[in-house]
This record gives sequence, structure tokens and C-alpha cells, in this order.
Amino acid sequence: MASTIVAEGLSKRYGEIRALDGLDLEVAEGTVLGLLGPNGAGKTTAVRVFTTLLRPDSGRATVAGLDVVREAAALRRIIGLSGQYAAVDENLTGFENLDMVGRLYHLGRRTSRSRARDLLDQFALAEAADRPVKTYSGGMRRRLDLAASLVAEPQVLFLDEPTTGLDPRGRLGMWEVIAGLVRGGTTLLLTTQYLEEADRLADSIAVIDHGKVIARGTADELKTQVGGDRLELAVGHVDELAKAADTLRAVGSGEPAVDEGARRLTVPISDGAGVLVGALRRLDAEGVEVLDVGIRRPTLDDVFLALTGRAAEEIDDEPAAAGRGRGTR
Amino acid sequence: MSALAQAAADGMVVTKRNLIKIKRLPDLLIFSSIQPIMFVLLFAYVFGSAINVPGVDYKEFLMAGIFTQTVAFGSALTAVGLAEDLQKGIIDRFRSLPMARSAVLVGRTTSDLLNNVLVVVIMSVCGLLVGWRIREGVLSAVAAYALLLLFAFAMSWVSATIGLTVRSVEVAQSAGFIWLFPVTFLSNAFVPSERLPTVLRVIAEWNPISAVVASLRDLFGNVGPNVPVGGSFPQQYPIVMAVGWSLLLLAIFVPLSVRRYRAAATR
Repeated sequence: MASTIVAEGLSKRYGEIRALDGLDLEVAEGTVLGLLGPNGAGKTTAVRVFTTLLRPDSGRATVAGLDVVREAAALRRIIGLSGQYAAVDENLTGFENLDMVGRLYHLGRRTSRSRARDLLDQFALAEAADRPVKTYSGGMRRRLDLAASLVAEPQVLFLDEPTTGLDPRGRLGMWEVIAGLVRGGTTLLLTTQYLEEADRLADSIAVIDHGKVIARGTADELKTQVGGDRLELAVGHVDELAKAADTLRAVGSGEPAVDEGARRLTVPISDGAGVLVGALRRLDAEGVEVLDVGIRRPTLDDVFLALTGRAAEEIDDEPAAAGRGRGTR
Repeated sequence: MSALAQAAADGMVVTKRNLIKIKRLPDLLIFSSIQPIMFVLLFAYVFGSAINVPGVDYKEFLMAGIFTQTVAFGSALTAVGLAEDLQKGIIDRFRSLPMARSAVLVGRTTSDLLNNVLVVVIMSVCGLLVGWRIREGVLSAVAAYALLLLFAFAMSWVSATIGLTVRSVEVAQSAGFIWLFPVTFLSNAFVPSERLPTVLRVIAEWNPISAVVASLRDLFGNVGPNVPVGGSFPQQYPIVMAVGWSLLLLAIFVPLSVRRYRAAATR
């Protein structure tokens, strides 16, 4: 299958900071790639290069066969971008925002208008269509921003952290909308800080750190790499930690990690519910006092820990490219 | 459609978008008029009682200065508007669209020009109420307003350069504004420049603001009939100076702000 998005050795520096450091990427036509990484990993910088907003210092990138630097003008006609911050005009109504974008895509007055109405219907904004956007909730603004990126029915769509800052309900709503788009066969590159989100929406995932792709695969492959689900346990006394660790070693699929201060143990497991019941029975028999127990899905933190040996938040030291712009790279 | 016609159409779309803001936030227009109205009242009735201008009532003398000061101060809006669009990511959206690169700047300066037209109408009414009069013919008055708006448009491009350089709304709000105080007061806008100390007098005479103010006084007929005009070139030919200054500002700041726009947006 042809690759719609290709990046080869993309680099971009801001002073001492390497926002992109030899990024290589390929996204097959009609598929969804989740670009996963913590703040400051280079996700937004990559999207800005693909959408012609930023020239890379070196390396090359093509989208739908068009070079992002030399053929930028032609490329802008076939891409859609929805950024991390809802870039809609607060003083305009939802309809006026979409109509304006249509006119600037040169769709013509009639097409722009009908397209705007259709999108407002599709994104459940029809009722709010003629209200200024400043009256919209965060979720509504995001949906409008996403709708704006779809006005010209782009072949390739870029969504930069489409759910950051949304409440859980807003996030679920957004996921449904994006899943719907994907079924339509659009090629999509989506950035996110959440493994769960990439898992839910993407065909494949590229984990990015310090401007480089450090792992690629499907969500399942990455999770296997980090050991699947986790059993997490808190005990009442420090003395019980050793006993509990023995038990977990027996039921788990790896070496348990012990946090003495929090009296907490974590172990990767392969079979969720069965292991939980087994572990509790054994601990009860051993007389270990269990304060808290649960199974959780691997998070981006776990993936990071497994891939880099350090937690995601430890590298969350993005200096916002010396405070320029909106501090997102 | 030709590239130029397409660029003009894109500029219109952005202009319309900016004008909707004026419609939705009428307070903005009200507050941008309150300040000059306050200046008219303060100068006409407080300072005016102590300032004596030979050959003409001070209220008539004053209005040309107020008009010019108003559009000069109003140009700060351009800086604030562009900084706001940059900060909110709207310029990113525009730049990802297949629209003319010039449209954002053309749209902004055009809508600010139209905003200035509204403010100048309000100021004219206010002036007429305190006793200012248009004493030369209609053509002359039309020329005066056209010159004022040409200068306003040029100042708007200066401000655009500032807004794109500072990038933050808060900084743009003061940076776009603060330098206008000395520029407008070191002129003939509120007092005749003849009585200033030599250095200030020369600065005031060559100040573009003075050229516009003097042109407006000539064209509106707000000068005493037998008052001698100063001998320096700018005093002799204020209209040539005012048009020249405006064109010079445009020649410098249009390309400069376009460059700042490209640089600001590709970071």
C-alpha cells in the first residue's frame, strides 16, 4: 500500500533544543497513525512541518506525494488541520467560522454555506450554529475546530491532541466523531499523550521522544512490549511487602516492582480477572492485610518506562522553545 | 480567477470576519470613541480657556489635532488584533489554508480603516456640537477626510509590524500605544508649534502628525484669515508633506510587516 505521509530524517532546532531530531515516519493510505509521546516530545512540531506551517532545518517530508516545503501551496488544498488549541474565532458564530473557512478554500459562496450547515449538523452543533462561539463549551469548540478542518473534505487530516483539556464526556464524544471519520477512509495522523486514545483510534502507533520515533507497532504490540495489564496492590505493613512480592511473583508474568514508601507493589500479568482472584486468595491465606487492589491498563508511563527506563513526566521539561508561540512543540 | 483577484477576495473574507467583531462587540467602538470625545471636551473647555490661538477660535483649531490623534491612537488596534490572532492560533489555521498569504494583513488593515471611518464620523459630530465648522467647500472637506484616512491606513501598517514583532496581546496593548503619546503631543495638534523651544519646534514642524494636522486645518478652513504661515518647508506645503509621509510609511512598513508575518508564523 502506498504511503500517504512520509518523513525522512526531519530535524528542527530551537536554539539548543532539538524539537525534531531525525524523525522518520510513514503512514499508509487510508490508515490512522497515532503519534504518541509526552509534552515536548516533538509531536506538535512534526504536525506543523506536515501542514506547511514550519520549515524543517533538514530532512524531507511529503504528504500525498507533495513536498511540504516546495509544494506547500498545492498541499494546503488537500489537507485539514485541527490544532491543540481550538483555532476558531470566538466572535463569529459556528456557521460564520465554517463559512469563512470554506470561502478561504475557495469553495464558492453556495458550496461554503451548504457545507457549513452539513458539518454543523454532523457535529451536533446545529442548534448552536448561529450563536457566537464564545458561548460554546470546550467540547463544542473542539468539535467546531475539527469541523473546520473537514470543510474541504481533505484527503489527509492532522489532529494535534484533539482531546487534551476535554472532560471525560467531551473526550468520549470526540472519540466517536473521530472514529466515524476514520471509517470514511481518510488518512489521519493524530497526536496524543494517552495510550488509551491511540489504542482506541489508531491502526498503528509511533512512540516519539526527544524528536525521534523510539518504537512502532500496533497498540497490542506495544502493550505486549511493556507486559500487558498490571496488577497493583497496597499492603498494610512494610513487613508484609516481601511476602506479598513472593505471591505476586507466583501469579504474575514478570518481576514485581516494589515501592516501599507507599507500601505498593505492581506486577505485569497476562490474564486479568483470574489472576486477581488467585492473588487475593493466596494473600488472604498468608495473612497479608490488603488495603487496595486493582488491575490497570498500561499507560503511556508504562510504555515509556519500558522503552526508555524513565517515566514520561520526568522528561516533561519542555522549555516551550524559549517561551515562543504557544509553547507546544 | 487571477491571483490578484483571488488575493483581493481572500482579503475581503478576512476583512468581513474582523468587521463582525466590531458588530458583536459594540463596546469596543464605544470605548475607542470615548477617549477622543474626552480629549475634545477637556481641551475645548479646560485647556482651551487658557490657550490662545491667533485668528481662530480654539475649538476650531483643536479638531484637526483631535482627528489626527484619534486615528494615530486607533492604529494600535491593528497591533493588538494581529497579536491576538497569533496567540489564539487563528493565524495557524489561516496559514494551513490555500488562501493568499497577504489576506491576513490586508484584511486586518482594511477592517481597521473601516473602524476608523466610523470613529471619524463620531468625532465629526462631536466637533460640530462644540462649535467646530467645515468652512471650505465639500471637495475640500472630502480631500481632508481622504488624507486623514490615508494617514490612518499607513499608521495601521506601522502598528501591524509592531504587533507581529511583540506577538503577545498584553505587550501589544502597551507597545502599540505608548510611543504615540510623544509623537502626537510633540506636534502642532494642540498648540501652535511656533511658541515651542527651538529643538522641539523643529521636531514638531517635521513631525508627520503636524503635516496631517496642518493639512486638515487648511482643507477644513480652520485657520485665521490673516495669520502668517511659518516659513519652513513642511509649514509651507503641509499637504505634500502629509501625503509624502503616508506613502513613505507604507513603502517601509508594508514590506516590513509582510516579512514579520512570514517570520512570526513559521516559528
